[in-house]
Amino acid sequence: MENERFFVTLKAPAHLSAPHSIESSQPLALVPESSRVRRRAVGFDATTLWRITRMAFRYRWRMGLAITATILAAIAQIVIPQLIGSAVDNAHGLLADVQADTGATRSALFQAALLLLATSLFRGLCTLVQNYQGEAVGHLIGYEMRLRYYAKLQRLSFSYHDQIHTGDLMTRGILDIEGTRMWVSTGVLRAILLSVLIGGGAWVLAGIDAELTVVTLGFVPAVGVAAAVVRLKLRTLWYALQEELGVLTRVMEENLGGIRVVRAFASQVFEMARFDIISSRALAVLHKRISVFVTGTTSMTFIYFLAMALVLWIGGERVLEGRITLGDLAAFLTFITILQMPVRQIAWMVNSVARASTCGARLFEIIDLEPEIRDRPGAVALQAQEGVVRFENVSFAYADENGELPVLHGVSFEVRPGQVLGIVGPPGSGKSTIAHLLPRYYDATDGRITIDGQDIRDVTLESLRRMVNVVQQDPFLFTAAIANNVAYGDPWADRSTIRASTQAAQLHNYVAQLPEGYETPVGERGVSLSGGQRQRLAIARGVLPESRVIVFDDSTAAVDAATEQRIREALADVTGTRATIIIAHRLSSLMHADEIVFLEDGRIVEKGTHAELLAKRGRYAALHALQSQASDAELADLDSQGDTS
Amino acid sequence: MPVANGTSTGPAQTDAGERNAPPRAVVGSQVSYEEEMFGAAFDGVVVRRFWRFVRPYRLQLAFGIAGVLAFTVTQLGIPLIVRSAIDNALVAGAGAQALLHVAVVAFVAVVVFNFVANFSQEWVVGRIAGHLLFDLRRAMYRHLQFVSLGFMDRTEVGRLMSRLQGDVSALQEFLETSIFAIGDLVLLFGIVCVLLWLNADLGLLTLSVVPILFLVRTVWLPHARRAFMHARETSSAVNGALAENVHGVRTIQEMGREEVNFALFDDKARDNLNAHLKASQFSNVLIPIVDGLTGAAMAIVVVVGGGMVLDDALDVGVMVAFLFYVQRFFDPIRSLTIQYSIMQRAMAAGQRIFEVLDVPIEVSDKRAAIELERSDNAIEFDNVTFGYVPDLPVLKRVSFRVAPGETVALVGPTGSGKTSITALAHRFYDVWEGAVRIGGHDVRDVRQQALGQQVAMVLQDPFLFTGTVYDNIRYNRHDATRETVMAAAQAVGAHEFIENMPRGYDTELEQRGGNLSIGQRQLISFARALVADAPILILDEATASIDSYTERRIQLALARLLESRTAIVIAHRLATIRGADRILVLQDGEIIERGTHAELLRQAGLYARLYRLNYASFDDMQSEA
Repeated sequence: MENERFFVTLKAPAHLSAPHSIESSQPLALVPESSRVRRRAVGFDATTLWRITRMAFRYRWRMGLAITATILAAIAQIVIPQLIGSAVDNAHGLLADVQADTGATRSALFQAALLLLATSLFRGLCTLVQNYQGEAVGHLIGYEMRLRYYAKLQRLSFSYHDQIHTGDLMTRGILDIEGTRMWVSTGVLRAILLSVLIGGGAWVLAGIDAELTVVTLGFVPAVGVAAAVVRLKLRTLWYALQEELGVLTRVMEENLGGIRVVRAFASQVFEMARFDIISSRALAVLHKRISVFVTGTTSMTFIYFLAMALVLWIGGERVLEGRITLGDLAAFLTFITILQMPVRQIAWMVNSVARASTCGARLFEIIDLEPEIRDRPGAVALQAQEGVVRFENVSFAYADENGELPVLHGVSFEVRPGQVLGIVGPPGSGKSTIAHLLPRYYDATDGRITIDGQDIRDVTLESLRRMVNVVQQDPFLFTAAIANNVAYGDPWADRSTIRASTQAAQLHNYVAQLPEGYETPVGERGVSLSGGQRQRLAIARGVLPESRVIVFDDSTAAVDAATEQRIREALADVTGTRATIIIAHRLSSLMHADEIVFLEDGRIVEKGTHAELLAKRGRYAALHALQSQASDAELADLDSQGDTS
Repeated sequence: MPVANGTSTGPAQTDAGERNAPPRAVVGSQVSYEEEMFGAAFDGVVVRRFWRFVRPYRLQLAFGIAGVLAFTVTQLGIPLIVRSAIDNALVAGAGAQALLHVAVVAFVAVVVFNFVANFSQEWVVGRIAGHLLFDLRRAMYRHLQFVSLGFMDRTEVGRLMSRLQGDVSALQEFLETSIFAIGDLVLLFGIVCVLLWLNADLGLLTLSVVPILFLVRTVWLPHARRAFMHARETSSAVNGALAENVHGVRTIQEMGREEVNFALFDDKARDNLNAHLKASQFSNVLIPIVDGLTGAAMAIVVVVGGGMVLDDALDVGVMVAFLFYVQRFFDPIRSLTIQYSIMQRAMAAGQRIFEVLDVPIEVSDKRAAIELERSDNAIEFDNVTFGYVPDLPVLKRVSFRVAPGETVALVGPTGSGKTSITALAHRFYDVWEGAVRIGGHDVRDVRQQALGQQVAMVLQDPFLFTGTVYDNIRYNRHDATRETVMAAAQAVGAHEFIENMPRGYDTELEQRGGNLSIGQRQLISFARALVADAPILILDEATASIDSYTERRIQLALARLLESRTAIVIAHRLATIRGADRILVLQDGEIIERGTHAELLRQAGLYARLYRLNYASFDDMQSEA
């Protein structure tokens, strides 16, 4: 219970004089606990890694080039210390051997220098090719993953999207693709570079002095293991930090978005206290991360320098004993300098393994999913004839982790072209579910739905959804011009078609008076539409594409009654020959329907025309009474007063 | 360069998306709040103001800088020790084992010192930077709690968030890098000095490669930066398109836009791919140049230095030391150029942050601001003139009084000034002329906290926070007990549906109460206002039509909420309007009619006309007029 101390010691910041200082035995409201469930940050998943690697090797010549360049760069890296060593020996050799030919030594020095220059340049070029091709393959993989991920998200059923958090999907699509694509350059190529470098270096140095080689390379495993451990710890802490920061972000975002609530309740002190608790929690994790990081990196440098001291000592003794030359010692020291960076990179490699394992696994998890709702093998296009919709004994239950939640029980009805079916009922009675089943956003658990006699599960989704349009209550508007939003279902639509549908939806007059008209963007950089305008836009969007069946799912809830009536009249032309289903809780929206069903607890309890249902004096009539009570009664009231005045 | 046209093997030629691109389709034109700009790397004003945040940590900071310097000195010293070991102990003839041991011991000592210095510099600097990040963010966040609502209305949350996150981090990064930049600069000068000290001629000759590198980098930088920025832009374009796909997936499936969108997305993804390949070329092209220059410097040392050793003009140990320094030489240059970009970014970020901190707080407590008694519960508007834009008053000399316990309904078309009245009663803004009084006290004389406790507000959009239902109802009343919360929920008729939720009062609400219906959110916001228990209530009724069952419950809750309170209600529902003791009809910022429902109908003015038209909401009449 680390957090507990905050509850008791938390005081309002000194510069905010609190009316009631926030000192309470009770925890503050709306301060989320840090989640105990952490994203699995550290893992090793051979299958995933292999799968990414296989993708990389599909770019055969790029990978070939990258690997060749990596090996050559490593070799050049090994050659450089030797060149330095021989140069030192050449220069120094004369002092030892006065007889030597000065001219020959000088030209040997010159050769060594040229070689050194050439090798350095060569190493640079090889590193360039290695890095570039490695990154290129990574980007190509990233590109491919991005497309596959995007395409899969488009096809996954509503039931999947209901369960998964949008933030999670975004993380996968951004960070996880990044982590996966880095695998080639930080994982595969770096492993090759390190093996060649350490292996080759050991082999060459061992030729000079085996024991000194052991001393020189002795620090590699020590630093490597330490680095890896630290790196993985940092990774876990990074996730912990991200989580705390995520909470902080959410709290700040909500505060700023709901600033009027904050002001209305004069709760700045409370909000600051809330901010401070979460903020200090994040800061604590940050500090911990800094400690781990600093301890790790500095002790690695320390071990490395100690190894260097050891080489100097033992190597120096050997020079004194005459077992190796001074140039050899210089070569050993240079080699150890060169190894400094790559050995630290062992840590990055281990990190890369963990990162690619988890990121790749999360991506493949989605990419490999089969959409729950998909065309059955041999599905054919829906053969449009009249457009008769029939529900036959349809039942449906939402399934989630808590089990099944039955929503519809044996619902049957029929709508014919040109007819309007109204569906009404209390909240939660299953009205919207009907709108969701018809275009197969979900599949019925029992019974069947047909259009012109064809079971909707036997036809292609694409043809079905082209035939059926649904206008939602709370539409999603895209950050694009109004015209683009209206033409969303048919982006080839011309101006007059767009205009016709906005006119039917009673939106044209509004759009026409905007300075940029139909090209006005919707959203932050353009107009912000009111609830009613959004719904009218959704109606325009829904009626624009040619379809045989149209469902209005409570799509005029935020539109006032008078406008709604005009929409209904205008739509009569547009929807004239279509089969129309209107779901609403306001009876004026659907009392003109050819048939009305009253839904309760997922069952049709009453069915008939407005007049018939009123005559039944059942639930529909009761609802009607409830709704007209206010207006009718008062209108009567008004009339009588009008008479008296 | 063999890699320059390597991109042609990618899937770059497919332009199917372009050919039949529908005229009316785009994906992901989401707004990006990242403003990348590269201005001056040093802005005196920003640094001075930033210093005010750094000041509290100045002692630690001094310690950190000392650590950086100590660390740099040890870095410089190590090759010198190797040199002395070689020249004093190892060169043929010197042959002194004791001297070798001295050198090794010195080496170890320096290494230990290096470790301590390294640890303290990294640790101290990292911690200070972390603290600064949070301090700066806190200062800005706190400021935003008090700045004028006008500013908050004008500014998108996303923009503010990018100040609170990206810009603040840029300044944190600035502090870290500028301290380490000191180390790099010292290291650079140190190496130059040591080289010149060891041997001036050889040093000068070796250093001659440095200007070349600077030249190359100067030519390279603007191009590379453009490539990097383009890569970043295409990335955010791709991510914006992905976000649209994630959030709008239901509409995309409903409207059958999968294929069109995929083709458009493919275009963006391919742009992104090509931009990144380009950027990768730029970032790697410097490697062979730096390596070549290092090689050249080493070659100079070998030929010239080796020659000098042969002529006995140079110790061989110095030559070895030179070779070591040369290999380390380019590191500080490289990190210094990176730090330069960071400083530019930080200055721009700093300007934006201080811009926010400079937004004036228009409404603040007077020095001798007073508290309110619970009995101060009358509202009075006395000749109030007010507007948001100079010379465009929204309210013109509005006067009225709401007696204790009375409910007044405000009715009028959109833009008539109803919302402004409610905002002024809570002193969200200050009036231009006249006065608003609560219990006879001018609201400008009252402490804002006191006012906040006296006047509760229910907004039209019942904004709820992520968290439990229980926490949302008690909100800032941390002393409210569970019983209080449940009693409030019961009073407004929310108890039943709350209990029916999976975890009752402990059910977590999704963002903005997404898992509740509008009606349910409304009821919870009523309960929240009830817990706040203020004697004055200001209520902006929701316009959205709600199913009749919930509607009735809300009307009952409303009656309960208004009971024994002084209230101003922006009313949209007939039932609410009729329930009020008095009605004020507003038009163009003036009260044109006032009275009870019956009186107003008899007046046969605007109210009566609107009423006869039987609108669901009185707000809509403007579009019909």
